[in-house]
Amino acid sequence: MIRPEAPVLLEIRDLHARVEDKAILKGVNLTIRAGEIHAVMGRNGSGKSTLSKVLAGHPAYSVTAGSVSYRGENLLEMEPEQRARLGVFLGFQYPVEIPGVSNLEFLRVATNARRAEQGHEELDTFAFEDLVRERLQVVQMDPAFLDRSVNEGFSGGEKKRNEILQMALLEPLVAILDETDSGLDIDALRIVAGGVNQLAGPDNATLLITHYQRLLDAITPDYVHVMAAGRILRTGDKELALELEQRGYDWVDQELAALDAAARQPLEVA
Amino acid sequence: MSASVTAAPAGLAGWTHRWLDALPAPAGALAPVQERGRRALAELPPPSSRQEDWRFTDLGLLLQLPLGSATPAAAAVEPFAAAASATTAAVGPSPVVLRLQLDGRLDPLADLTLPPGLMALSPGEIAQALGHTLAATGCERHWPVELNHAAAERVLALRVASRSAVRLELLSSGPAPLRLLLVLEEKAELELSQLLHADAPGLTSLVMEAHLGRGARLRHGLVARGHDGAALLGHLAIEQEPESELQLTAVSAGWGLARLEPRVLQVDGQASSTLRGLQLVQGRQIADTHSHIRFNGPEGQLDQLHKAVASGQGRSVFNGAVRVPRAAQRTNAAQLSRSLLLSDRARIDTKPELEIVADDVKCAHGATVSSLQTDELFYLQSRGIDADQAAQLLQRAFCEEVLRDLPAAARAWCPLEGLQLVSEPA
Repeated sequence: MIRPEAPVLLEIRDLHARVEDKAILKGVNLTIRAGEIHAVMGRNGSGKSTLSKVLAGHPAYSVTAGSVSYRGENLLEMEPEQRARLGVFLGFQYPVEIPGVSNLEFLRVATNARRAEQGHEELDTFAFEDLVRERLQVVQMDPAFLDRSVNEGFSGGEKKRNEILQMALLEPLVAILDETDSGLDIDALRIVAGGVNQLAGPDNATLLITHYQRLLDAITPDYVHVMAAGRILRTGDKELALELEQRGYDWVDQELAALDAAARQPLEVA
Repeated sequence: MSASVTAAPAGLAGWTHRWLDALPAPAGALAPVQERGRRALAELPPPSSRQEDWRFTDLGLLLQLPLGSATPAAAAVEPFAAAASATTAAVGPSPVVLRLQLDGRLDPLADLTLPPGLMALSPGEIAQALGHTLAATGCERHWPVELNHAAAERVLALRVASRSAVRLELLSSGPAPLRLLLVLEEKAELELSQLLHADAPGLTSLVMEAHLGRGARLRHGLVARGHDGAALLGHLAIEQEPESELQLTAVSAGWGLARLEPRVLQVDGQASSTLRGLQLVQGRQIADTHSHIRFNGPEGQLDQLHKAVASGQGRSVFNGAVRVPRAAQRTNAAQLSRSLLLSDRARIDTKPELEIVADDVKCAHGATVSSLQTDELFYLQSRGIDADQAAQLLQRAFCEEVLRDLPAAARAWCPLEGLQLVSEPA
């Protein structure tokens, strides 16, 4: 839902980042307003996942230039946990298995950390059980997964459902979903996408990172961005994703080469 | 590097003599054992880092202990004051629970009626059985055992009758020489929850012998919570007849020096031994587990997991000996050591020591040492959990794998919060 007057939630300006000695992001610009769904597409290695990790604050990535403001505050100065408490959520491409930490306990601690930041009272185990059972329905998840260790022995689809369950509990304002569709069969994809659609609203925004059109058949984006070589090369609407699906990414390479040949000009972003 | 060997042999030998001199005259039922132990100790060279078994374990802390500490001041200390010796009648089908306070001096069985299935051994039976399992498991001449011989005035000697099931809780606070002798008759079952607690400098010495008859089951949870100035020296010697099951879970935390030696002998193989260990060190603490398992017959099973968490300048040692002689065909043994290193000044030494002569056996072993995983920490942080709490959660998870195998009573004695886990920046 595009509303020009809606408040800006996330503003990324000329973002450069590296992992170890390798520069990955080379000037990303992106503005996300409340109510919007953005999709970032691109080949492996284009910087999509790096963008998501930088926004969440992964310690392996360092920002070398540019800025990210989240609701007017400098996001890059915050610890990862502070970002999460304030409403930035990263759905992991590969959710981490943590043997010995109960999923239910983990979800409760995380939910209460977010609630404390919002000024809500802490939920005790009973109140939390009620909440989590209600939110399980968003992803049609079996309550048995609550009693297991975090993601331990979960199938790919179950891990992704667990990610969306966390999103349903934490009620983020900006949800970044990193290849949430990877490794999902058709049914799991439908359930996960259905969960994302239920949670999307006028006050929050979603940033989908994906290779494939098929996720965008289930979740309609307001904007589609094509990323290459650490930048957003082109921005369009959902038709752009369909075009990518038909033409592949070869034209991206050509455009990139042309761009390199010409004097570098900052790209205008929606 | 073997940093500080402050316990020069001469120092420890001198300490041993002073310690012997400070002991009260031999007394009680074990007076003959005390006399023998004192003579042996006067002759025996004390452990030094030149001996393979003590290479990494500095006994220097003993030199700082108050002498005459074999005589504890008072029995029950704060948290367990309420746990006076008492029997609790069992309800329904659960076995009878007996809770005893051990201080090494008073008779814990005085004025008690033992529950059905549990009997005290007679002096004659004690004389016959005492030391048998120590000898069978090859540790009756070990220095810490002789130390216990020299000091212990009494032994808690109990028999669980054939086909009976008993739950026993043993609580000890403060420094004491403790001696236990347990006889499980055929198909007897014993669940033993044992707490050793020290909150002041002193030496806690434990020597336990247990004999598991055919088809008997012993589930022993030992929780040892110490003090920076306190030392624990423990030998747990167990003989298993065929078809018996041993589940031994030992947890130690907070001791300036803790050395535990579980020693298991499957006398004719065909028994099952499950060993779980967890030791935590911080500051300058040392924890050392030397386990020794021997199969003297075929088709024995071992499932062993030993875990350690080391932070600060703590030091953790694990040595896991498994002996599989020719007679022990079709032995199935698995040993795993997993350690968590939380500081670059902490040190972990871990060594499997498998001696396999039989040719038709399965013996697996492995050892890992790691720090907390960045990806796991980041995952938790990305959900709003702060770095310290995330580290605590991960450490708890690491420990939980051992703690969950403790009997319920023992489990309640080691709340994870009480394990004093410390996180340090990676």
